[in-house]
Amino acid sequence: MKSTQTANPFQGVGKMNRLNNRVFTLLVWIIGAAAILFIFGLLFLILEAGLPNLTWDFLFGLPSEIDEGGGIGPTLINSFYILGISLIIAIPLGMAAGIYLAEFAPDNKLIGFVRICVEALASVPSIIFGLFGIALFVEFFQIGLTILGGAVSLAFLNLPVLVRVTEESLRAVPKELKSASFALGGTHLQTISRVLIPAALTGIVTGICLVAGRAFGESAVIILTAGVTTSGEMWDFNLFSPGATLAVHLWYVQSEAIVPDAQQIAQKAAAVLVFVVLFINLVFRIPLWLKARKMKG
Amino acid sequence: MLESSVAARTGSKPSELGGSIIAGSGKPFDRKKRLFAMNRFFRYICIASACFVCLILFLILILMFRTGVLTFRDISFADFFFSTNWNPMEEQYGALIFIFGTFALTALTLLISVPLSIAIAVFLSVFVPGWLKNALRPILDLLVGIPSVVYGYLGLTVLIPMIRNVTGSGMGDGILAAALVLTIMVLPTISRISDDAISAVPRKYSDASYALGATRFHTVWKVLLPSARSGIMYAVILGMARAIGETMAVVMVIGNTAQLADSLLKPTSVLTSNIVMQISNVPFDSTWNYALYLMGFLLLVISILMIATVRWLQRKGVQG
Repeated sequence: MKSTQTANPFQGVGKMNRLNNRVFTLLVWIIGAAAILFIFGLLFLILEAGLPNLTWDFLFGLPSEIDEGGGIGPTLINSFYILGISLIIAIPLGMAAGIYLAEFAPDNKLIGFVRICVEALASVPSIIFGLFGIALFVEFFQIGLTILGGAVSLAFLNLPVLVRVTEESLRAVPKELKSASFALGGTHLQTISRVLIPAALTGIVTGICLVAGRAFGESAVIILTAGVTTSGEMWDFNLFSPGATLAVHLWYVQSEAIVPDAQQIAQKAAAVLVFVVLFINLVFRIPLWLKARKMKG
Repeated sequence: MLESSVAARTGSKPSELGGSIIAGSGKPFDRKKRLFAMNRFFRYICIASACFVCLILFLILILMFRTGVLTFRDISFADFFFSTNWNPMEEQYGALIFIFGTFALTALTLLISVPLSIAIAVFLSVFVPGWLKNALRPILDLLVGIPSVVYGYLGLTVLIPMIRNVTGSGMGDGILAAALVLTIMVLPTISRISDDAISAVPRKYSDASYALGATRFHTVWKVLLPSARSGIMYAVILGMARAIGETMAVVMVIGNTAQLADSLLKPTSVLTSNIVMQISNVPFDSTWNYALYLMGFLLLVISILMIATVRWLQRKGVQG
């Protein structure tokens, strides 16, 4: 850099700063735009290959082992069934634990330890819950690969996420709301159920949607605890029948099955999976968006 | 209506006349007491749930350890950790291939995904105008929800042929394919949580920085990112945990061959993929099964160690 008569010591710095800033801005814009384009491309790729070819026969038909034209009926039912059971178990437990950590827990070493436990459990790989499920249900209770085992293992997998989401959403509620409720003479339970949870609902529902989507697509746990086959009947709600879900079926068709139309089945199954996950997210969030808009207006 | 029901009850059971008076007067169990009792009851339920969550963690830990440690009845400690000879048919259980594979895969994934995700997080939280931000965030959330098998399936049908074309190698499956798939999977996790962390930095910090004449680059680099450090760290660790523990997407693209991953394009195997491919066809009380559980325990220890590291880093960050 050549020296000038004015000898401004910050001149070079200013130029470098501006250059840095410009390069940085450009880089971030490129990466951001590329990421957004990539996401849309990905969703389009999955949905476009499968959705136009869907038929009712495929959605509710029985899978076939050898011939062409097998459906995904039982696996689709199982997916929703297992998801439902696991959420029924995990939501009350997870929310209660989250409420405890956010509201009741004293700030001491023990609670710090509990928090670490929750965090550790949240980072435990899903396959470990699968191994745990095998040891618990197949070995200890001797009930084999069942829908029940899969659903309970899945609930354990989702529990820590729900705890964290509930705790964080409750903590994000402004202190004034809580104080106002106490000042009006509300008990702690009333404050939590009528003030804090409604105020934190957006965060909690978003968390539940994420968890539900994850549980719907989870496959490692289900393969280990509910198996890769179904009972072969439609509308089988027996808790003790084997319960392969749609996600497991996608893997099975893609890597193990010998049906000639595996490629088409995989395409359509992937499209259905993604569609349902998107659907879960939209249906639960639209009311929240509307509510947020109403409160603003 | 109340009187009539009381009358009906006393009519049918004259002996419990006193009981109906107590129930009717409401003195022993009035509203205030009921509220406090429910309050206390609710509190106990919450405590029990929190304990239950911890209990699950300890049950898992103990169970994995007890089953896994049985491996060492038949093979030595050094054999398991430092031998690359995994051949269950000949009673050889060296897990080094899988341990190395897991670490190599995770490192490569983070190398690609962390800079990208932080850039996306900055893009979302600083660069994009408000209305676009509200539209883009849920889209990233949707990406988190896409099932791992779908990523694996796409990796298998789209990415691997692409790698085959670009590199000209015969197979295409291996660490590179798995790392690319994992990058796409952890990208939304890391960038979304980092985005939240950056957005949570008080507005006055960045205002102060701009008021001092700093450029946007400076503000992001020197103010926003350091302030959001612990949140970003949490995001990276979560992404790392997901990368280490991811099973199905990896199984579909890594090749599942027990050989050391000394090249990016060589079919290999990691801890998770090896467990899921082999666990269903081994008897429960065999060394093979114990070795798989020990590998699971190893994964568990790695993930818990990561959480401990985060805690330690955070505490150091607060002090320093």
